[in-house]
Amino acid sequence: MKYDAIIVGAGHNGLTAACFMARAGLKTLIVEKEDHVGGAAVSLSLTPGWTYSNCSYVCSLLRPEIIRALELPKHGLQVIPYEGGAVFNSKGDYFAYLSDHDALRRELIRHSPRDADGYERYARAVMRQCRFIKPLLLRTAPDPVALKPRDISELLFILKRFHNLGAREMAETVRFWTMSIAEYLDQFFETPMIKAYIAGSGIIGTGLGPYSPGTAYVLLHHYMGEVDGAIGAWGFARGGMGSITQAMARSFEASGGEIRMGSGLDRFVVRDGKVRGVVLENGDEFEAETVISGMDVRRTFIDHTDEKELPADFVRGVKRYRFRGSSGKLNIALDGMPSFTGAPKDASFLRGDLHFLDDMEEIERAYDDWKDGRWSASPYVDFLIPTQIDPTMAPPGKHYATIFVQYAPYELADGQWDDANREAFAETVISKIERHSPDFRKLIVHKEIRSPKDIEDQVGLTEGNIFQGELTFDQLLFNRPVPGYAQYRSPIKGLYMCGSSTHPGGGVMGAPGANAAREVLRDLGHRIDMGLSA
Amino acid sequence: MNAPATSAARPVPVPQVLSGLEPGPFHDRLAALNHQQAWMNWMGYASPSVLDTVEFEYFAIRNQSTLFDISPMCKYAIAGPDAEAVVNRLVTRDIRKLKPGRVAYCIWCDEDGQVVDDGTVFRYGPNEFRLCCQEPQLSWLEDIAWGYEVTIRDVSREIAGLALQGPTSCALLRDLGLDGIESLKPFGIGSFDIAGVALSVSRTGFTGDLGYELWMAPEGALAVWDALMAAGRLRGLRVIGYEALDMARIEAGFLLPKIDFLSAQTVLRADRAVTPYELGLDWLVALDKPHFNGRRALLELSRKPPRRKLVAIEIERDKPAHNALVYHRKSREVGMVTSALWSPTCKRNIAYAWLDAPYGQTANDHLWVEIYLQKEIRWQRRMARCHPVEKPFFTHPRRTATPPAEY
Repeated sequence: MKYDAIIVGAGHNGLTAACFMARAGLKTLIVEKEDHVGGAAVSLSLTPGWTYSNCSYVCSLLRPEIIRALELPKHGLQVIPYEGGAVFNSKGDYFAYLSDHDALRRELIRHSPRDADGYERYARAVMRQCRFIKPLLLRTAPDPVALKPRDISELLFILKRFHNLGAREMAETVRFWTMSIAEYLDQFFETPMIKAYIAGSGIIGTGLGPYSPGTAYVLLHHYMGEVDGAIGAWGFARGGMGSITQAMARSFEASGGEIRMGSGLDRFVVRDGKVRGVVLENGDEFEAETVISGMDVRRTFIDHTDEKELPADFVRGVKRYRFRGSSGKLNIALDGMPSFTGAPKDASFLRGDLHFLDDMEEIERAYDDWKDGRWSASPYVDFLIPTQIDPTMAPPGKHYATIFVQYAPYELADGQWDDANREAFAETVISKIERHSPDFRKLIVHKEIRSPKDIEDQVGLTEGNIFQGELTFDQLLFNRPVPGYAQYRSPIKGLYMCGSSTHPGGGVMGAPGANAAREVLRDLGHRIDMGLSA
Repeated sequence: MNAPATSAARPVPVPQVLSGLEPGPFHDRLAALNHQQAWMNWMGYASPSVLDTVEFEYFAIRNQSTLFDISPMCKYAIAGPDAEAVVNRLVTRDIRKLKPGRVAYCIWCDEDGQVVDDGTVFRYGPNEFRLCCQEPQLSWLEDIAWGYEVTIRDVSREIAGLALQGPTSCALLRDLGLDGIESLKPFGIGSFDIAGVALSVSRTGFTGDLGYELWMAPEGALAVWDALMAAGRLRGLRVIGYEALDMARIEAGFLLPKIDFLSAQTVLRADRAVTPYELGLDWLVALDKPHFNGRRALLELSRKPPRRKLVAIEIERDKPAHNALVYHRKSREVGMVTSALWSPTCKRNIAYAWLDAPYGQTANDHLWVEIYLQKEIRWQRRMARCHPVEKPFFTHPRRTATPPAEY
């Protein structure tokens, strides 16, 4: 059967790109290997009564322009902001990050009046960087060597914004994009727990430690999001992250799109340097002169494309593109709300992201374990109980805990990611949580354990890297994923990329998908307004 | 609140009425939760505008359950053999079609067909009604009832009210043992009790979501409150203030007197009064029923296009168009915005605007709103494209599903 466009993978970026294709009037097909849509933005029920956000678990980066343009609320998406968060230390104290600004200030003063002031300076510095980078998200990164008029004007756009920052701020920007988060935070804060709380955003999903250069940018990447204009705010998708992709799928189908699930891609069909369609694992064949891959760059070109069709330098670029899985995930069904020894009962900050840490050094030691091929003995966890806010994911009074675990290596130095090691990994995490929440273990009624290997096998993210490739400066903007191929096009005519391997990268943002769609539509001669003005 | 002097002979001075805001039946509970110390004046009562943060209170309406004190509403009991005739003479809808145990949203007009107020009519029995509204109406009601066999009583202070709104509200009431609550249809009324206090529960509200309004004697108010709050722990119940409710009501397509329109009885300038047709409430006017207040004028008005219209508009980009003027082709002033909101649920920039004819009726293109934005103390003017859309902005199947789902 022949289509105008085929999208491989029904993740959030594939769906976003597909929605825009269908809205432009193209006959569009999505092929998906699983029997559900979602990719890494899924909600699955693995035990009766509970729904998990199996992979990604909180929402902020999804561009509001995309939510609006694709009418996702009409198709059932509701994003609920959550309140604050906290870090508990081993001495029984905590630092609560409170959403009420006055309360946050009082909490900061409780730890250090200097940090209360430092926080204002820090917030301003980060906000300035966000203001600089946000407009770049929904734009195609310019190619600095192509010298096409569009690239030059885009380069000028960036340079002008950069220049508008002023001399001092330009220096700050360069520092921000290259520094370590630990050193960056040292400029503003003195309390170890406060620094550790903030630093988490700098290492999540990345194979770097808090003292590694480049982690300050990763923090920025997590701050660029918003919930209804509240920059940096995070929320839950009601019903789990799958409700994002389900809404996208409904939006896509409402525009006449078609989704085929249950059989993955075998290969792209390429003739004379042009893509002609796809062949699925079950042998089904579909024709199209435009094919957009939502898979990461390695799977797209190394696993599913005949290497002979690709220039050697491109293949080399793809092969050296770094993934490095560094995180695991636990999804746990709880029989009740766990208590936390350090926290007052019913504290509002328990509705946010919780961590159990003394200081930055603890994260760095956790990173050391990963470098040696072990999961961290004392891991950094991003622990949330969304069911305190979302009534749809567990029965009343019962709860669901999503636990993101940093660090876990893709390959273990000793042994494989088998059941025994997975259980041992979960045990490490649970026993750490138990030190702060004594009743946590006995409340567990079901758990899902996902190592980086499981994330690769089940979700299709190479090495289990949640961003489809590291978010380090060498792999950003016009270098993402491969220099010269950062504008969603590939060496094969008609074959495009729209996954998080492309600019502006990972997080459930949708921007790569929307940007890719814009480039594809441009190549096809469609001059339509995608409705993405901010 | 003062009892009239019973004996003119006793020279006991009558204490002066209190100045300032009056505490309502739930005040003690509200005051304890009002961490922002933010109160507003609603008919002289202290009504919370926000307790913690508007944002989280708003989201509780669309995600869990919320409690809002609606006791300050004006309430009138209309009873007697001619009650139906009196109410039917008052409102523009055909109230004969309203069965006992049902509620109807209504408007009523003066002799010129200009809207006096809107509100809800509760029919408790063949001869028993209650009217709930924003503005005092007693003398207007008495004028209409003149010569009829009916008694009209202001029961505003005799009835405490709570709005329990949100996707888990039905489940919460069921947890409290309100048997059969799940079969109560939208605009239905049922009798229940909570914590031994008799309640009238109507499936009504101002949020456009699943929700109920609970009506009780003020003496039992706190017991009901406490029971709801206890049961609400499992259902995410949150007490909210007016600001969050106002967001939900704009999304839900409800109009607010004194904001979106003025009562014909309060305007000084004659052209400020509005007709049902101008409000887009044609569906509330039953011209086919016998005489009612304003009928003759409304018949006349129904035959010609309104001189202006209150319309729902959607505006590009994300900055709410508070107090904005509306222009045609960026130059000719054709209207103004009354309520504006960035809708967090719809992710749309929405507003109500008065547009002079033919705009908003036959001419809907090239409309712009002029938005003033303050960015770090510097004001900017932004012309943003807008276009009329259908009301409501937000609608959800759970509002009308019977029985309602768990959430």
